[in-house]
Amino acid sequence: MRELEYVRADDAASAVALVSGEPEARFLAGGTNLVDHLKLGITAPRLLVDVSRLPLDAVEEYDAPGGTGLRIGANVRNSDLAAHPAVRASWPAVSRALLAGASGQIRHQATTAGNLLQRTRCVYFQDATTPCNKREPGTGCSAVGGYARYNAVLGASPDCVTVHPSDLAVALTALDAQVVVLGVSGERRIPMTGLHRLPGDRPDLDTVLEHGDLITAVELPPSAAARRSTYQKARDRASYAFALVSVAAGLELDGDVVRDVRIAWGGVAHRPWRATRAEDALRGQQLTEEAVLAAAELELEGATTTDQNAYKVPMIRNTTALACTRLAAGEVSR
Amino acid sequence: MTEQAAAPLQPRSMGTSTIRLDGRLKVSGAAPYAVEHPADAPPLHAWLVQSTVARGRVSALDAQQALAHPGVVSVLDHTNAPRLEDTSNGELAILQDARVGFRGQIVAVVLAETLETAREGAALVRVTYQAEEHAAELRVDNATYRPDSVNPDMDTDTDEGDVEAALAGADVVVDETYRTPYEHNSPMEPHALVATWDDAGEGTVLDLVDSTQGVHGVVSALAPMLGLEPGQVRVRAPHVGGGFGSKGEPHSHEMAAALAARTTGGRPVSLAVTRQQMFALTGYRTATISRFRLGARSDGTLLAIDHQVFEQTSAIREYAEQTASPTRMMYAAPDRRTSHRLAVLDVAVPSWMRAPGEMPGMFAHETAMDELAVACGVDPIVLRELNEPATDPETGKPFNNRRLLDCLHRGAQRFGWSGRPAGARASADGEWWVGTGVASATYPMMVQPGNSARVRSLDGGRYSVAIGAVDIGTGAWTVLTQIAADALDVDPAAIELEIGDSSLPAATVAGGSSGTSSWGGAIVAASQLFRNDHGDSPDPGVETTASAAEDPVAEEYALHSFGAVFAEARVHRYTGEVRVPRLLGVYSVGRVINPLTARSQFLGGLTMGLSAALFEESYRDARFGHIVTQDLATYHVATHADVTGVEAEWLDEEDYVATPMGSRGIGEIGIVGTSAAVANATYHATGLRVRELPLTADRFLP
Repeated sequence: MRELEYVRADDAASAVALVSGEPEARFLAGGTNLVDHLKLGITAPRLLVDVSRLPLDAVEEYDAPGGTGLRIGANVRNSDLAAHPAVRASWPAVSRALLAGASGQIRHQATTAGNLLQRTRCVYFQDATTPCNKREPGTGCSAVGGYARYNAVLGASPDCVTVHPSDLAVALTALDAQVVVLGVSGERRIPMTGLHRLPGDRPDLDTVLEHGDLITAVELPPSAAARRSTYQKARDRASYAFALVSVAAGLELDGDVVRDVRIAWGGVAHRPWRATRAEDALRGQQLTEEAVLAAAELELEGATTTDQNAYKVPMIRNTTALACTRLAAGEVSR
Repeated sequence: MTEQAAAPLQPRSMGTSTIRLDGRLKVSGAAPYAVEHPADAPPLHAWLVQSTVARGRVSALDAQQALAHPGVVSVLDHTNAPRLEDTSNGELAILQDARVGFRGQIVAVVLAETLETAREGAALVRVTYQAEEHAAELRVDNATYRPDSVNPDMDTDTDEGDVEAALAGADVVVDETYRTPYEHNSPMEPHALVATWDDAGEGTVLDLVDSTQGVHGVVSALAPMLGLEPGQVRVRAPHVGGGFGSKGEPHSHEMAAALAARTTGGRPVSLAVTRQQMFALTGYRTATISRFRLGARSDGTLLAIDHQVFEQTSAIREYAEQTASPTRMMYAAPDRRTSHRLAVLDVAVPSWMRAPGEMPGMFAHETAMDELAVACGVDPIVLRELNEPATDPETGKPFNNRRLLDCLHRGAQRFGWSGRPAGARASADGEWWVGTGVASATYPMMVQPGNSARVRSLDGGRYSVAIGAVDIGTGAWTVLTQIAADALDVDPAAIELEIGDSSLPAATVAGGSSGTSSWGGAIVAASQLFRNDHGDSPDPGVETTASAAEDPVAEEYALHSFGAVFAEARVHRYTGEVRVPRLLGVYSVGRVINPLTARSQFLGGLTMGLSAALFEESYRDARFGHIVTQDLATYHVATHADVTGVEAEWLDEEDYVATPMGSRGIGEIGIVGTSAAVANATYHATGLRVRELPLTADRFLP
């Protein structure tokens, strides 16, 4: 069998040092995605640095401008985060996004940081016998002209048309979270809106992280829009399916006028898609279904589709309207 | 072989909800599945190397790196694998030459000391191909090949009267095309086996512990190809984790294990097909395109039925799904025609999947009937009443116990059909459009020839009853015990059943909903002859082996089971998502031998039909030639959350024309018509007629 080295890191700094020093090293946390990749033969690291036992599993409040923020350790399991009272009260979109993803068993195993760094489920990426620029740069993109039902409608490139699979990342993007990253040169913070990349001509790079960078925490800043937030996911089956499209939305109203709104989309692009044009169009407007549909339409200018994924345009538009009008009506459950 | 006419059996244990005799073993993990069986020696593990071109030749296969890998024992390919005596079965005749017939075909087998080493060894085998142009896309215009017959041995085409003239004279014509996708059976236990080849002594040479729906079928397929007598091959399958048709006939992985075992000097070879490999190697349902034409009077009375089927087979082995077969017998119409045409493609070999023919065919037929009901302004149930045939439209024989209308009426009552809005898009609940739909179901009654059973008396009033049947999760262990108990007029606890072994008396496949009928008939015949020969107090050790004589009365009738499926569908106005909160099937299937296990069969069939209606699709990327949705994350089957209100019931009846137990088959009818009922409900909910499965959200968005 193929031999690889497995090391349990003692602390975050040594984990970073270990991975940084070996180009073929990978962090292993919950393993729900990476272990699949090992079995599928689509990645073959020489060194696995297990960070799952590092004490990065606290959920702590911190003082933030405008109130109390929440710092979530990278190893907090998806199930625990979804059930956390503070998350449910002040960032409900995060809880809903988590519960909309995967299955109970996987949520028990998967970690916060791992969720953000999971890789695409594009069938060609996961099939080592087909060309894929993300898996093997320069080989071509099989999803162009192939199985295209899940393909991106925004921000795709000729080299890659896939979408990011995470639900959590969409909610975090909408609510202006940032990730705390430990690298060889110390700690830094990256806003969620800047963590994931569009594919361009380097679809092999999912994020702006450098090799050896370790996400140690996620910080959720407080906001009125976060308190009134939700996550709406459209999918083929009622559970255990990746999004066809999804919407994370947060709303702050002054009467029926939008004071603040946050919208991020999943299932439409290579990264969680913050719908800033739609947000700008809605701020100061009366919150009506028509206004949201029009705002979404604006955001979707420039969408590119094929026969197989053209449905995503009306679906994301409608789902955005559904999420926002429900928030306005005070209904957040389905 | 003694043949015995089986007399009708009076039910005592039959009809009672006996709990599964193997249930405790299974839920406690103690029931060994194929590769879990302890072997005499530590097995070598096999891993398959699959072609990465759809058509061509292996021009070079370099196994040096693999062989140099610690733990790898050998690599079999077409240059060094044992030769087969017969290569006419293009699916099973692997590793015999350099030809590649489809992407995913087995081109080498790596044997190693551990599973992980075998997998790594397979990754190290370097195969180069001389690729040729391939064809892997099914279209109407390339489905031009007319097979000699369709599965299992039915007429390819039928033509009665003058369909074109009748259509021209009809008040109402429905002329639409319906499509069903490629579907994969995906049983819980992947295909797997342990093979041992030992030709040192007399008797068994090749021993397989397999996951199969028919142990004798594996023997008869493999033995002649391997140059062995049937008696030299033994196949056992005591517990099988589902098959749904995909284990009905042996596939190439079984030959791979057998060939590999021949090279190891007697050491067993363990081979488990991965979930991904199953999408290429172990059978699937062909996609179908049905052009359906119904001509009717304005009141809905059918004048003409025309069903033209376009589907695919594999260039290396023919399989022609009998998609139009139910169209031939379902409804009355004087002028009727059916046909099947195949595209012969460079693809994996299609095979049986639960209700081959009936499942895709009845989706088309029952959706077309719904369209006709709408066109005529007739209630769908009334339409079916109007077109109920007096005799079998296909054979002219009288039906025995055709109770389709009873099923429809009982279902309508229980489901709450009356008061249903006649028009579409008439009901909403919040953000959901709500509708209901109905479809008929049917499945032919089949008893397979070639079954015999052995009854032997044991000490203490106990009996051994043996037949090479297989329980693939259906409840055969339990149901055959109940039948034997009633046939010998003893308590079920007095029966020691032996099944799942080809060294037992011959049995046919657990398929075609014919298992219980065929095996049970043999058990009844043998039991009755046993009592006749040995009396009620036999000496321990006496035995009788017999098969059931063919029943001439059954030949005089058209024997089919029937059912009615009702569905409620909700379609989300914003997202197009479809959910089915209620699904009901009512069936006429003769006597139900065990209500507990029968209910599981019906609910399972309905669930699989629901899953096919909403989710299931194997996407073939014709550029490559293989299915790219090749795992259960991308090939969606229904989850628990999707199956919230499925119910089944059956009419209280018995059918002694069909079998001495009074039963017919129940394994497949639950999937038949179900996807049409759901599709019809989505039409009623939304006013959008979707003629292609699966009914995914995108189809309901503008």
